[in-house]
Amino acid sequence: MRRDPPWFRSLIGLSGVLLIVWLVLPLVPLLVWSFARGWRFPSILPNQWSLQAWDYAFSARSGVLESLGITVFVALVATALSILVGVPAGRALGLYKFRGKGLVELLILAPVIVPGIAVALGLHAVFINLGLTNTVTGVILVHLIPTLPYMTLVMAGIFANYDPAYEQQARSLGASALQTFWYVTLPAILPGIIVGGLFAFLVSWSQYVLTLLIGGGRVITLPLLLFTFATSGRNDITGAVGIIYILPGLLILLFTARHLSGTSAAVGGFGKI
Amino acid sequence: MSDRLRIALLLAPALAVIGLLFGGGLVIAVMRSFNWMPVIGLTEPNLDAYRNVLSDRDFLQSFLLSFHISFTSTLISAVIAIAAALLLRKTFVGRQTINFLFQLNLTVPHIVGAIGILYLFSQSGSFARLGHAVGMIDKPGDFPALVFDPWAIGIILQYVWKEVPFIGVIVLAQMQALGTDYESVARSLGASRWQAFRHVLLPLILPGVLSASVIVFAFTFGAYEIPALLGASHPQALPVLAYKSYTDVDLASRPEAMAMAVIIAFLSGLMIWIYLRATRAAVRG
Repeated sequence: MRRDPPWFRSLIGLSGVLLIVWLVLPLVPLLVWSFARGWRFPSILPNQWSLQAWDYAFSARSGVLESLGITVFVALVATALSILVGVPAGRALGLYKFRGKGLVELLILAPVIVPGIAVALGLHAVFINLGLTNTVTGVILVHLIPTLPYMTLVMAGIFANYDPAYEQQARSLGASALQTFWYVTLPAILPGIIVGGLFAFLVSWSQYVLTLLIGGGRVITLPLLLFTFATSGRNDITGAVGIIYILPGLLILLFTARHLSGTSAAVGGFGKI
Repeated sequence: MSDRLRIALLLAPALAVIGLLFGGGLVIAVMRSFNWMPVIGLTEPNLDAYRNVLSDRDFLQSFLLSFHISFTSTLISAVIAIAAALLLRKTFVGRQTINFLFQLNLTVPHIVGAIGILYLFSQSGSFARLGHAVGMIDKPGDFPALVFDPWAIGIILQYVWKEVPFIGVIVLAQMQALGTDYESVARSLGASRWQAFRHVLLPLILPGVLSASVIVFAFTFGAYEIPALLGASHPQALPVLAYKSYTDVDLASRPEAMAMAVIIAFLSGLMIWIYLRATRAAVRG
């Protein structure tokens, strides 16, 4: 390749800087607001700094901690169920060729593309009759719609590179089905389960409209609480809760950085959060 | 155990969950939109809800607004994402940082980005304050309305912020798989930098860009919380209108809400169809 002329290199450098600034920019006011006190127009920076918003966020009366607990619980259970259901399905899609496979893949992918509100309105009518609206159970169930596809697709990718012959060897050497799964299959697919599980967790963690409709305002997860703070004009508290809300994603990112590079299926999974 | 049975057993739980929850939700929405629900005594389906919805000015305005939001956000995101991927392909100092920020951004929920955009672009937000500091405006009202505005600028800004990294990582993965050989050949045969991009690289990455864009379009068309937070009170984005009419005290408007939900689902179905066509074309080469 020819070397780039200087003006072109400056252009690249400048665009790079602009891109970095733009990517970080929307998160900056949240962070500043969370430490601000009475930051009125037209001050560029707060006149007074304070930990008040954080104190309030961690106090019992703000409801943030309770909400955090519910959000974590919903995401954990939805993830566990997605693993239980998604691993076998991923195995079928990754290991076998069969008639109608394209259709099955389409069906499993469809919930990723069809917007939640289209499904949730219909489901709400059924959940009312089943007594599942306004309950944590109902919210967990409805979260499976977006989490299960990611889990299944990640596992299908893992099983596509998996050799089931090891299982047969273990069985022929006298291992039971359970022992074979525990000592042979599980260690081989564990990285996939971890990455897929973390995606599922984040997807559930980010759900808004499904929780709003099925939870009926009774199951207040963190994004719902954040929305309430944001529309009530409490910018400082909104900032603090917003920072708390993005922390798990940041931690998961740092944790999976190794697994992530180059796995486009996995990266694609992140996209719909 | 035969393979067929094994496959069926492995898939059964997932298909049951998706079939019952996702398929069931859609089917019920369709049935109720026709006001047809034999279980509760509604045995005569009709098209009233669709007739009402399609002749309603509010609906048409919302539909156009949502289409504008999706189309504009997707187009801008795709163009910037391609440029960003070209940038990330080069070795320069900020590359690692952008790579990390791309992935960080993918984990940030939309609602947080929306609040950030609100604090940056509202009439008393950071940019308005900067405008005041340099003497461009006197009071918040002088700053142009970029959120809660009829053109949905704030909503589009938020989607562009979130979707550039999404399309960007997909395009970048594709570019890295392709390598630079094709462009080098074009350049050595006398193509300009632009010609090599326009006639060699772009056609190669277009199927990937298109399929990522389809996902973005369908998502932005059906997303609720961003237009609910950043949108004007009138007209409202279609998902916001559907939600509002579903939760209306007047239960009679529920079939209309269902009809809107079905229209949103139908449009995403159309997107899936285009997506499949695009990926098939990509596989054929």
